[in-house]
Amino acid sequence: MIRDPKDLQRYTASERANHWVVGICFILLALSGLAFFHPAFFPLSQFFGGPVWARILHPFIGVVLTISFLGLFFRFWKLNRIGAADREWLSRVGEMVNGDDHGMPEQGKYNGGQKVMFWALAVCVLLLFVSGILLWRAYFSFPVDAVRLGAVVHAAAAALMIGFILVHVYAAIWVKGTIRAMWYGTVTRAWAKQHHRGWYRQVTGK
Amino acid sequence: MALQSLDIQRRSATTTPQPGARNPVEVAKLIDVTTCIGCKACQVSCSEWNDIRAEVGSNIGVYDNPIDLDAKAWTVMRYSEVEENGKLEWLIRKDGCMHCSDPGCLKSCPSPGAIIQFKNGIVDFHQENCIGCGYCVTGCPFNVPRISKDDGKAYKCSLCSDRVAAGQEPSCVKTCPTGAISFGSKADMKEVAARRIANLKERGYANAGLYDPPGVGGTHVMYVLHHADRPELYAGLPKDPSISPLVGLWKGVAKPLATLALAGVALGSLFHYVVKGPNEISKEIEDEIEKEDAQ
Ligand code: HEM
Ligand code: SF4
Repeated sequence: MIRDPKDLQRYTASERANHWVVGICFILLALSGLAFFHPAFFPLSQFFGGPVWARILHPFIGVVLTISFLGLFFRFWKLNRIGAADREWLSRVGEMVNGDDHGMPEQGKYNGGQKVMFWALAVCVLLLFVSGILLWRAYFSFPVDAVRLGAVVHAAAAALMIGFILVHVYAAIWVKGTIRAMWYGTVTRAWAKQHHRGWYRQVTGK
Repeated sequence: MALQSLDIQRRSATTTPQPGARNPVEVAKLIDVTTCIGCKACQVSCSEWNDIRAEVGSNIGVYDNPIDLDAKAWTVMRYSEVEENGKLEWLIRKDGCMHCSDPGCLKSCPSPGAIIQFKNGIVDFHQENCIGCGYCVTGCPFNVPRISKDDGKAYKCSLCSDRVAAGQEPSCVKTCPTGAISFGSKADMKEVAARRIANLKERGYANAGLYDPPGVGGTHVMYVLHHADRPELYAGLPKDPSISPLVGLWKGVAKPLATLALAGVALGSLFHYVVKGPNEISKEIEDEIEKEDAQ
């Protein structure tokens, strides 16, 4: 469907679909995982047909997340290499959070914050996958000390990742005109010029 | 309450107090390893009373049979041949749940009511609430719980909580032909042990002693050992067992704190929006784009 023909294409359909698979898996994993995390969250297991089903399903969803996350990783890692402009942006992130982005240095397709988020999530997924396999008693049996370490790492990485995703989602809500990039892939030129001027110039040639 | 005579001390994954008006006496099973002859009558009685039988395995050249605990073998005899003072000693230990006062299994379990510690000290698995995650296996310092391959639930010795509730001793105690296993209040069992230990010391076992490890708050299954200074001789009975610090970290205050931190991030975001407002495209840039289009 064409809206303003001058809108800029930011994501292809397959990139968006890939992202949604990861996003859905993440929500299911966070809900089912939190059920085991602390008794306060145990009722969340009811979303999965009860706690036994939550226990059975969680690791399989984790495997799907890991594979689909790898898809995102290989699509985007080159665009997320951190350079001097990113470090400059990061050192002034306080101004941005304060709601004043006028003095922020020009950013390419991703700003420094997004890039840090990318790598932080990649590390979390790696840790969650390795530790999740250690915990998966239905199919694996590792030395108990490895499982104990895995339990600590899994719980810690999960809490961190949930925190990062809250920030990730909030940033998309806060910056108006962003979410449509994940729905139908385009952003307005004004959005690009304001938030990612380097990228805007690259794709428009201006 | 299912078993009225077994009042509850602790319940897994439960943060509010348990019914605690009554205070039954703490019980214990005392296993006198120095009197055990390794006949396995207790193993058989356990399998009879609980109606369980592990799959028949293969002989690996030792008396241990079955060779390990199983969802259907809640107690097994472990035979160790050691040389002490130039003599062969055959140490035979009845292995199974120790019914810790501070049970690592219960601490680890994420499912409310799957593990119950009764006030009399018995730690019991309630399989109908078990989700099969195996966290109890991860938490236990004695490597006791086993997940069933058939139903995915965790099983272990119940200290015959059903029999004890009805005023009977556990079936292994009832069956032992040499009187090596006794059952009663924990205080009484310590006395029985003390008498036996004095006797052993007279007979030259200078290091005879009681195994009631304080690292797990004491246990409700205790051993009399000839070599209490070296419990590892008895098929690797841990010398100073305690809940692993990793399990303590995993199940400690970090999680409530992490939960608060996450709530802080979510609420912080909401109030950031309310206070700072959305990050909208500036009028200036909108105008620039419009001008470009008009050209
Ligand atoms: C990447 C592959 C993953 C695998 C193989 C995996 C596997 C597991 C396993 C086996 C458990 C133990 C409970 C059970 O048996 O279901 C578990 C618990 C948990 N998982 Fe995952 N998981 C993965 C990813 C994730 C992700 C992405 C999250 C993020 C939200 C997550 C959050 C949790 C939490 C919070 C727990 C409870 C931890 C605790 O009890 O302390 N998992 N996971
Ligand atoms: S020996 Fe293991 S299973 Fe038994 S109460 Fe202690 S921690 Fe739990």
